[in-house]
Amino acid sequence: MDIIYTIWLRNMKRYIRSKSRIIGSISMPLFFLLFLGFGLNSVVQLPGLGGNYIVFLIPGMVAMSVLFTSVFSGIQIIWDKQFGFLKETLVAPVSRLEIMLGQTLGGATTAVLQGFMILVLSVFIGLHILSLTGFLLAFMFMALIGISFTAFGIAIASRMEDMTGFQLIMNFVVFPIFGLSGALFPISSLPAWVGPVTLLDPLTYGVEGIRYGLTGVSQVNPLACFAVIGSFALVMTVLGAFLFRKIKF
Amino acid sequence: MHTRYATMRSVLTVQASKLPEEHPMQGKGSHYMAVAIQIRNLTRRFNDLVAVDNISFDIDHGEIFGLLGPNGAGKTTTLSMLSTMLKPTSGSATINGIDIEQDEDGVRKSIGIVFQDQSLDEELTAWENMDFHGRLYRIPADIRKQRITELLNLVELEDRKNDIVKTFSGGMRRRLEIARGLLHHPSVLFLDEPTLGLDPQTRNHLWQYIATLAKEKGITIILTTHYMDEADRLCNRIAIIDHGKIIALDTPKNLKDGIGGDVVTIKSPDPAAIVAVLTEPWITRTEKHKDEVNISLQNAEQHISAIVTLLTTHQVSIESIAIHKPTLEDVFLSFTGKTIREEEADHKTNMRMYQRRVRH
Ligand SMILES: Nc1ncnc2c1ncn2[C@@H]1O[C@H](COP(=O)(O)OP(=O)(O)OP(=O)(O)O)[C@@H](O)[C@H]1O
Ligand SMILES: [Mg+2]
Repeated sequence: MDIIYTIWLRNMKRYIRSKSRIIGSISMPLFFLLFLGFGLNSVVQLPGLGGNYIVFLIPGMVAMSVLFTSVFSGIQIIWDKQFGFLKETLVAPVSRLEIMLGQTLGGATTAVLQGFMILVLSVFIGLHILSLTGFLLAFMFMALIGISFTAFGIAIASRMEDMTGFQLIMNFVVFPIFGLSGALFPISSLPAWVGPVTLLDPLTYGVEGIRYGLTGVSQVNPLACFAVIGSFALVMTVLGAFLFRKIKF
Repeated sequence: MHTRYATMRSVLTVQASKLPEEHPMQGKGSHYMAVAIQIRNLTRRFNDLVAVDNISFDIDHGEIFGLLGPNGAGKTTTLSMLSTMLKPTSGSATINGIDIEQDEDGVRKSIGIVFQDQSLDEELTAWENMDFHGRLYRIPADIRKQRITELLNLVELEDRKNDIVKTFSGGMRRRLEIARGLLHHPSVLFLDEPTLGLDPQTRNHLWQYIATLAKEKGITIILTTHYMDEADRLCNRIAIIDHGKIIALDTPKNLKDGIGGDVVTIKSPDPAAIVAVLTEPWITRTEKHKDEVNISLQNAEQHISAIVTLLTTHQVSIESIAIHKPTLEDVFLSFTGKTIREEEADHKTNMRMYQRRVRH
């Protein structure tokens, strides 16, 4: 436990110091929210989903913020490799599992904090928190997304020597996961053949879970959301831990 | 005073009476305790390349042991195996009697390591880097705090403790890494090129710390360096390693004595002729090397005119002639037929340069 905390603590310290990264990674979802949200608010009709596009978009942007921050946090292992710091951690008499879990929790925490910032800013553009329970539910889904994708990032980073493959992963894995997740549009509005594909995307369940918590409506049953994203988080953590264990010095 | 004496005596009596039947191997056992590192036929291959080739030796407790060799000789690979970071292909080694393959954590707890390449978190402060390490090694908070202050003082970084490492010079970083390696009071310390790239002044400074540490804390130190003069001054014993093999192992003095006296270096357009001419019995060794010849002899000053006369009568022209006391450089040359610089030019180690570049 103390080792997990140690790794987590280091992540927090680095996070608090990286002002430009904090600003950088909330600017994108914020930009989407303002331009897409206000731009399309009067054009887009969302029957049965509250009707307000901005309010629909907010959970998606929160999820986006969590997604990208957590993938980046996981990938950070590559920098640790290149800067030699990973050796210092790996040569200590501690288990790899503890290190990996600390890194995952650290990454998830920063990701949730980033998502939380979007959430706070959203209050100024029309989000009404329905209830404390709803808010906590959203929080839990954010955490599950954070854990899933930090672990995913660690899994990827464990197999990569440098950042060259990173753009590929972003373009062919992370962006599709985001695009198909129903963060930007209701999955029911998609052509019939795309619908099933979105249901294969684990992030869909995270986004819908947050949406249920924040707005009270979702297109997927929140229990199903929890079951899927929860299992996905578990699978990713196991996979990440497995691959992290195999890292050579 | 009186009671302490009594206790000590009683302990001694008990030991003495127990000794014969329970410790028939006492002599052997105590010798074993004096050995900090035991290496037996240690080998590591990377595909076709044998990076470390069947090396065996012991290092005693409290010893400063130098591993000397050119780029790619296998020094880092050896240290990586000893610190459990790399599995040997074959052979074995123990640290304080603990097998490096059987009990990795046991070894890891008792060693400290300063890697060849930098391994600090640049975004954290000096204190935070130390604190992270202390927590990883599960040092209780109060002891941790006290030791960090103590060590930062030792490496003269106490006044910079709250500065981000990114703002540190190379020498300061190295000192911090050494302090960090000592934080958990390891009984064995590995230093891989601890002074590489530092200016002579900082290097001297660092070696003073290291020597003091070894003495005061009784730490066993195994270090690698390219600087022959440093190794000479600091190490109790030195192993010269080349192409993965130990080609010489002894105290610096014995190694240099093995050269056979002073070294006279004669530069000439026809070095082969010099070797042919100089066959006097007082010459212990003659070695041709490129356009020069190194000869070893006792009391070179007294023989120099005889040498010059001999060469002149045989009409061998001399470009220059120099006398010096033997150095480890000469030892290296005599064992490998090359100077350490040439070995390095031969070996294209782009690896490290690549790593340096990545960092900027
Ligand atoms: N991971 C690896 N994969 C393949 N070859 C390796 C690996 N690590 C080291 N080698 C090779 O093993 C040999 C010994 O390398 P090592 O790093 O031990 O040398 P060294 O004595 O530490 O050299 P230097 O003075 O440059 O640090 C070199 O030829 C190197 O290229
Ligand atoms: Mg090396």
